[in-house]
Formats: sequence, C-alpha cells, structure tokens
Amino acid sequence: MEFANTLIDWLRPDWFLNLVVISDDYNRARYLAGLWMTVKLSVLSIFFSLIIGILGAAVQGAPSRALRVLVGAFVAFFRNTPPLVQLYFFYFAIGTILRITGENGLPQPLISNFGWAIIALSLFAGALNVEIFRAGIEAVPRSTVEAAEALGYTRLQIYRDIVLPLAIRISLPALGTNLVNLVKTTTLAYAIAVPELLYISAQIWSEDLNVREMMNVLLVSYVGLVAILVWVLHRWEKTLRIPGYGE
Amino acid sequence: MNNYIKTAIAAAVAAVIGSSAFADTLQDIKDAGKIVVGVKQDYKPWGYLTSDGELKGLEIDLARDVAKRLGVEVELVPVVASNRMEFLQQGRINLIIATMGDNPQRREVVGMIEPAYYAGGTNVIAPKAAGLNTWEDLRGKDVCALQGSYYNKRVTQLYGPNLVAFAGIPEVSSALQNGSCVAFLYDNTWIESQIASDDQWADYVMPFETEDPQAWAIAVPLDDLDSAYGKQMSEIVTDWHKSGYLLERNAENGIAPSPFLQEQHDKLQ
Repeated sequence: MEFANTLIDWLRPDWFLNLVVISDDYNRARYLAGLWMTVKLSVLSIFFSLIIGILGAAVQGAPSRALRVLVGAFVAFFRNTPPLVQLYFFYFAIGTILRITGENGLPQPLISNFGWAIIALSLFAGALNVEIFRAGIEAVPRSTVEAAEALGYTRLQIYRDIVLPLAIRISLPALGTNLVNLVKTTTLAYAIAVPELLYISAQIWSEDLNVREMMNVLLVSYVGLVAILVWVLHRWEKTLRIPGYGE
Repeated sequence: MNNYIKTAIAAAVAAVIGSSAFADTLQDIKDAGKIVVGVKQDYKPWGYLTSDGELKGLEIDLARDVAKRLGVEVELVPVVASNRMEFLQQGRINLIIATMGDNPQRREVVGMIEPAYYAGGTNVIAPKAAGLNTWEDLRGKDVCALQGSYYNKRVTQLYGPNLVAFAGIPEVSSALQNGSCVAFLYDNTWIESQIASDDQWADYVMPFETEDPQAWAIAVPLDDLDSAYGKQMSEIVTDWHKSGYLLERNAENGIAPSPFLQEQHDKLQ
C-alpha cells in the first residue's frame, strides 16, 4: 500500500540523518543561526516584557491619576492591536523617521530590524503582563497589606517586599501562558527580515523545495523551545511555592 | 535531495492527487469553464495592481490569452515566489505565469513548459551614492532581497552579502529607501523597467554586469507536463513567439525590447 510505504520511509532513521539541516553544512549553519536568533529574541523579549509588566502594574496602583490613565492607554493600545501590525508600524513607520545620515550621505536606520523586533515584542507581551500582574496584585488579601501598613512599611516597601512576591506566585500560571505565546510570536519577526527560525526555514524550503521536511523541523524546534521554557517556569513555580498558601 | 524523501514526497503527492491522477486536466478546465492562473501582483510591468485594484501587465495579458484560446474564463490568483509551486501542487491554481525562472531543481516539482516565454538575469538596484561597482562590493553589506528567490543562495555563497529578505516588493522598496540595506538583489528585467519608468528610482542605478541568465517558464502540475494540457500550453507559448504576440505585448506594456524575445521570434520564422 502506498501509504504504508510512505510511513515506513518516514520512520527510517537514515531519513532523519539526511535532513538538509543536518547533512548539508551550509543549511545546518543557517538553521543553527536561526535557532540562536529565536533564542535571543525570546530571552530578551521575555526579560523586557517582565520589566514592563512589573513597572506597569506598580504604576497602575499609583496615586497619580495621569500615570494610571497613561498605563491604561498603553495596555489598551498594545493588547488590542495585532502584533504583526505593531511590528510593521514600528519598522516601516517609526523606523522611517528615526534615521541618521551615514558616511556616504545615505540615510541609515537608527534601530536595526532586530532592535525593532525586540521593542515591538516586549511592548506587546509587556502590555499583557501588566494585566496579569495586576490580577495577581488584586488577589493579594487586603488584610495582608493592612498588616504591613500597621508595621510601618512604606508604600514602596509594601509593593516590593509583600505585594509583588505574593502577586508573582498568583500570576505565574497566566504569566507562563503569555511567555509561551511570546516565544511563538517571535516568528512574526520574519515579516521584517530578522533571520529567526521561520525566516531561515522559509529560505531553505524555497531553495531546496523541501517544504514538508522543513515544516516538520520547524514544529519540532518550537516544541523543544517551548518545552524548555515550560520546564523552567514549572521549576520556578515549585521553588516559589509557599506551603499552605493558595491551596 | 535524498531518494527516500523524494519517494515519500512523490507518494504523498500521488496520494493527495490520487483519483485525479489519470484524469484529463484540460477537460476538467473546460468543464469548469475557467482556468485558475497564479500571477504576480507586485512585479510591474509583468503583473501588478493598478490604482483601481485591477491586475495588469504582460503576464496578465498572457493569462487572459491562454483562457481565450481555451475558450474559458480566467481567474487570477496573486502568488509570490515562496508559495506558487505549492499552490500548483495543491491544485489551488492550474497554471503559473509568475516570472518563474526555470531550473533543474524546480523541474522535479512542477511541469516547466517549453519553450520559455521570457528570460532574465540577476542584478541589484542601488543608490548612486552607495558607490557599488562590482559584485564583490556586496561582501559583508546588508542587501535586501525577496524571500524565495532562486538567486539568493547563489549570490550569498559567491559574494557573501548579509541578505535581508522580505515577503514582497513594497516592503523591500521601503527598506531600501530607508537605508536598511545598501542594494536590492533582484531580476535585471524588473530593475531596468523600474529605473526607466518610475521617478522614485531617479537616484538609483543598476551597477553590475547582469549574471546567471535564466529562462522563465509557465508551469503546469508535474503530472500534466506530458498530457494534452501540457502539450497545448507548449503550443500556445510557441505560437506567442512565432506570431510576434509576445514582442507586441512586451512593447505594449512599456518594457524595453528583449533580445531573448527577438531571438525566439526570428528562430521560429
């Protein structure tokens, strides 16, 4: 039967060894560079989106109404528009304004496509993180905060030493989902020619005409990357767990 | 490519096409009353969108002529380099007329119709001020390109530019004009017609010798290459050359005279 033969062909180990991303030096180097680029994009955007989330959530609880409105507007804008559109907006609209004159009198962009990808992805995921942390903060029992106030803690101390540590624990599951999403969203950087995994794979399959093979490689790569992230998050969740709290 | 993969892909394709493998595509098209043609919509003046949103250009004329000769309607589907062969394999389109270069690797995937209907080579468009003189000047520089173009690999391996490849020509044009790259690696036919016809390229030049000439072929699904459908397409292209139809449409679309077209026309007289 045709189908069985196909299946057997696919299951052969030498088929795996003959994947162009393994057997061909040129393609392997490119694939690894793409993988590394995706890792860099993911780690940097996760880092900055967490900072944005923590700062944003802190400001949302601030006494200044103007600041709260500002953060609200930021969250609404970045949460309610498609990330691909944001990326195009940054790269092709803002990027056109932010440029310097190079040595031969030609314009040069101030921020590279990689830079814009980090900025756009961090802001997008950051806006969602603000809401996730806010939910966590609001779930911290009011009585806990009052107890800290009674002990003479300042506003900043309460946020840093009591509310945030508890809020992070409560937020972790939702945060994990968002960060996993962020890793997958890095594929959008393809649109502004950041040579990440999807970009490199598309280059390889248009040259070698091996679309199915590269699609499988891509899927496996992302399953692997996300698995690592999920494992780290689970470890973190486990380390932070306070026996008896939230159970 | 490895034989196992080839067998696997061929088997998968055969399984997908399955029942229609022995069917008569030409008859199917006539029965459906329309032929679906994959065309470019960003390759002025071969296939492009007018300000009214209408598809026009040399290849659009060719697609319409194919339909007219078959006595059916034409449906135009915009394609790009990285998806057109997949579309044809999947049966989403019946025919590719989309500035596609003919090469041995692609011949394993789609049915390239002979004779070729056009020919182009590889060059770059760059600002005059960039001061590029030879292909070697590209080494280490950011060079814009289109995702899926056949010359990306060859030029990267020969001259070592850092390719910045986008999905479509508008994105590349914007990136080039923003200075995100020093040049745009593309087909000399497109570059020549742009520099000649569009004011936005007034300060740009095509600085190199055109390399790696490639014939452009229209394509049918691989299984149809030797069927009545493939043979009919081949006859149509031959007639386009012989009758001078291609020369005439080339001029009518404002494209510089093509030595390749003239040569083919003279050969068939």
